[in-house]
Amino acid sequence: MDAITAEGLVKVYKSRKSEVRALDGLDLTVGEGTVLGLLGPNGAGKTTAVRILATLLKPDGGRATVAGFDVVREPDAIRRVIGLSGQYAAVDENLTGSENLWLFGRLYQLSSPEAKRRADELLEQFDLVDARDRVVKTYSGGMRRRLDLASALIGRPRLLILDEPTTGLDPRSRLGMWDVIRGLVREGVTLLLTTQYLEEADELANTIAVVDHGKIIASGTADELKSQVGGERIEVVIRDRDAIVKARELLARDSGEEPTFDEHTRKLTVPAHGGAQTLVQIVRDLDEASIHIDDIGLRRPTLDDVFLALTGHASAEELANEAAALGRTA
Amino acid sequence: MTAPSTTAPRSGAGNAITDGLLVGWRNLKRIPRIPELAIFAILQSIMFVLLFVFVFGGAIQIPGGGDYTPFLMPGIFAQTIVFAAATTAIGMTDDVNKGIIDRFRSLPMSRSAVLTGRTFSDVIYNAGILVVLMVTGFVVGWRVESIPALAAGFLLLLFFAYGMAWLGVWLGLMVPTVEVAQQVIFTVLFPITFISNVFVPASTLPSWLQPVAEWNPTSTLTAALRELWGNPNPPVSNSLASTEPALVTILWVVVFIVIFAPLGTRRYRSMSR
Repeated sequence: MDAITAEGLVKVYKSRKSEVRALDGLDLTVGEGTVLGLLGPNGAGKTTAVRILATLLKPDGGRATVAGFDVVREPDAIRRVIGLSGQYAAVDENLTGSENLWLFGRLYQLSSPEAKRRADELLEQFDLVDARDRVVKTYSGGMRRRLDLASALIGRPRLLILDEPTTGLDPRSRLGMWDVIRGLVREGVTLLLTTQYLEEADELANTIAVVDHGKIIASGTADELKSQVGGERIEVVIRDRDAIVKARELLARDSGEEPTFDEHTRKLTVPAHGGAQTLVQIVRDLDEASIHIDDIGLRRPTLDDVFLALTGHASAEELANEAAALGRTA
Repeated sequence: MTAPSTTAPRSGAGNAITDGLLVGWRNLKRIPRIPELAIFAILQSIMFVLLFVFVFGGAIQIPGGGDYTPFLMPGIFAQTIVFAAATTAIGMTDDVNKGIIDRFRSLPMSRSAVLTGRTFSDVIYNAGILVVLMVTGFVVGWRVESIPALAAGFLLLLFFAYGMAWLGVWLGLMVPTVEVAQQVIFTVLFPITFISNVFVPASTLPSWLQPVAEWNPTSTLTAALRELWGNPNPPVSNSLASTEPALVTILWVVVFIVIFAPLGTRRYRSMSR
């Protein structure tokens, strides 16, 4: 059975002046025990999708099930089996780490001793034992995020929904968070993860769904997505402009395809059907022709390339400001 | 972690009373951790006592005689309780913005517990503030006729605080940020506490304003307390608000609860829209 399904989800935010279609017919499937990375820029609709699946928001159209329960008709059943950790650490900053976990455990309907025991386990697991009796106000960003994730795990959910779990974290804390998440996945938790970082989706997810303007525009494994934008290619930066015509000929011969040329960077790019072998051949021929180069490399497409190719615009950061205008909720 | 869950949650969407108490516990636990809030709430009221007793007190004559301090203190208690709506509203808005409400809503807990927990814990918080203020009142010369009268007045204040807490819940859920909550609350509450009999006898107001001041819930509460405690209580007219202030106050609180509890609850439910 699929852990999460969504068909044609629509959500429209209306304000006095404008209407924003945050979700515009979004379809999703997450298999039991797998990790789906929902990848997209700010404002693409990721958080809206997550809030609907976590029963915090009702869709305006379409339907969705979580663990087999309908998000609109059976929200209570869903709340009993999911753990949610949002973009903005939703823990109480005036309670201590252990008080937060105990409270959320009790509200998850655990008995007091059970909640206590579970809180201790999680504090241990998330390396927060030393900070357990400190109010959360004094925690670092990384510690807050870990506590937030621990709160989501208090009821041992089968299904975990993480909305941008590392946004705003420094690189070191981000790596730490990845380790924690990988550990959970190894233990068999089904995970739906949203991120605006391509690298993060690549690292953590089995399947990636690229979302833009409230719709899934592509999905598959990272490799499948990358192959959509073509295979490996070789990039050569030629030192001397006079040598470019000659270099072009050599590259065309070695790869069998016409290279593209970027005037500004003096960079020639050509598909490398033979992989590293083509690279070796090109280096050899350029050397023989005494053409000096500043740089040469075999480049595999990144998810950034995928994103650019699919959406026709660059990934996250550039769009972030523009999208922020549409509101954080979108 | 994936071992079969030995901690299977109970069925149903949580127990309304237990969950309400847990939310209340959480709200009360926070108070000593942000002592500025309680301290300034008390200091503000003490400031009003000192300002009015020593600055304006000499200039204000109580019709029918009596000292200004025992006249003022019941009004100060009433004013403090009216402003309690601000505490609730700000707390509510803050919880929404910090994501705590989302956390609560993602848990299999009773739906009503967040609001009942909030209103009950704010009543307890206000009871604490009142005790400190009453001690201050005794120091500056306020007296009551009997302990049972004191207890009855105290209970009336807490009942009023409960009604105001529901107003606060609704307001808190209507506004986008804590700053707006503060602005709205003070714009609404200042006139309510000043066009009243709290600081000056209502009979000294312009005649067209007297009925407003007389029927103002702050005034009826103040008049009820003065009457209960034997403090100076100059009547404005022989209307029900002046002759039966306690009864009118209780009716006011019932009206508040009947209006704002459903409005607040509906607003809370519609957060998923």
